[in-house]
Amino acid sequence: MDQLTCKNLKLGYENITLTEDLSFSVEKGDYLCIVGENGAGKSTLMRTILRLQKPLAGTIEYNDDLTASKIGYLPQQTVVQKDFPASVFEVVLSGCQNSLGLKLFYSKAAKKRAMDNMARLGISDLAKWCYRDLSGGQQQRVLLARALCATEKMLLLDEPVAGLDPLVTNEMYELIKRLNDEGITVIMISHDIAASVKYAKHILHIGNEFFSGTVEDYKKSAAGSSYLEGGEAK
Amino acid sequence: MIDTLISSLSYPFVRYALIVGVLIALCSSLLGVILVLKRFSYIGDGLSHVAFGAMAVAAVVGLTDRMVLTLPITIVCAILLLWTGQNTRIKGDAAIAMISVGALAVGYLLMNLFPTSSNISGDVCSTLFGSTKILTLTKSEVILSIVLSVVVVITFVALYNRFFAVTFDESFAKAVGTKTNLINFLIATVIAVIIVLAMNLVGSLLVSALVIFPALSAMRIFKSFRSVTVCSAILSVFCALLGIVLSILFETPVGSTIVVTDIAAFIVCIIIGKVRG
Repeated sequence: MDQLTCKNLKLGYENITLTEDLSFSVEKGDYLCIVGENGAGKSTLMRTILRLQKPLAGTIEYNDDLTASKIGYLPQQTVVQKDFPASVFEVVLSGCQNSLGLKLFYSKAAKKRAMDNMARLGISDLAKWCYRDLSGGQQQRVLLARALCATEKMLLLDEPVAGLDPLVTNEMYELIKRLNDEGITVIMISHDIAASVKYAKHILHIGNEFFSGTVEDYKKSAAGSSYLEGGEAK
Repeated sequence: MIDTLISSLSYPFVRYALIVGVLIALCSSLLGVILVLKRFSYIGDGLSHVAFGAMAVAAVVGLTDRMVLTLPITIVCAILLLWTGQNTRIKGDAAIAMISVGALAVGYLLMNLFPTSSNISGDVCSTLFGSTKILTLTKSEVILSIVLSVVVVITFVALYNRFFAVTFDESFAKAVGTKTNLINFLIATVIAVIIVLAMNLVGSLLVSALVIFPALSAMRIFKSFRSVTVCSAILSVFCALLGIVLSILFETPVGSTIVVTDIAAFIVCIIIGKVRG
């Protein structure tokens, strides 16, 4: 079943068009990697899916009880967060914002969900730690737990391994794969083409070349082979 | 010394000053945490200069209750400044600097062109640095301060979770459906109210100190947002009380005395933070 369908999307800002005529759909349980060169519009696409900005043209349909606010989002870290005095539990709990509605405070159910998701990612013992005292990998886990609080269906990850060392990067990929195996749809922006090909089920390549399809087809395609060679040469 | 203090307390204006001082300190410290974290420490400074300009205009026009004019003008500027921080050609810090010195210049110019009293430099000095002795407030000013402070505290407590979410990660908050524009708008409004209130106490040049020092001090010691906020509030109220009492005892200017106690508290917090590791 398709959870998300994008039709003829045109992305960009007022005068600049980044991508045109972009159509693809994402199935339930899919693992989609969005690749492409810098400035191709990957982040813009993600922001558009989350309704943080409007497409210049085209439509996005949400199915299977999914709405933009029920997608778990893992944004890139901001400067503000680096020295933010907040406990891990406070950060994870803020993922339950979409369940607040008009209420002022988080319910017991929301707090339990935060605890459960921390256990799921193995960070329960960090609950009282200060976010700024954590390592990069731990911080990403905290933000991932927060994203899980917002969703049961779909995660959108914007370069989740940026700035992590190789060992922690692998752990992060395995963690995301496990969540995907548990039935959560994953859409990820990545510059790590080798890992994308290894873990993803589908690839969306935007920018100078366009490709949308399975990983196997991607490897054979023109866009994929040139990009993969470039990736390996590094 | 104690006698001086007790005899001072029998005057209503001293009691008014204490009540208003505590309330202002409480409000400014609550929002201070958010401002420091949002990298808007300087907005307090900018807005207080705007309020100075507005006050000059009010004096020239001949308004007896100057807050009628200063409050709305400062609120509008606060909203403009927080808005421009996001997406305009003039970046956040430049916009603050521009509006801040602009308002200061226009205010001083107006005060000189249309003098309302014979002692202009005295007027300017007390607007910039607060009253030279203990603050004198009329009963209606006290009531207005109490009402506005209560509104600020209630707003903060009620929207605490949303304020935290928007401060920590605005993109995420917006993505999961929190009305971030509305929250930012409220933060801006509340800040403007606090600035206008606090100007009476410490003057427009020192307002920022009241906003940022308690927050920075608390951040040195505590590790969660809630404990930082609570500590910042307690510290700020304590320093304001101490500052007002000291200014009565030693007949020093109230605003700068409060700020100096805030600085002392900050230094103590740095040391505690270092000792704790």
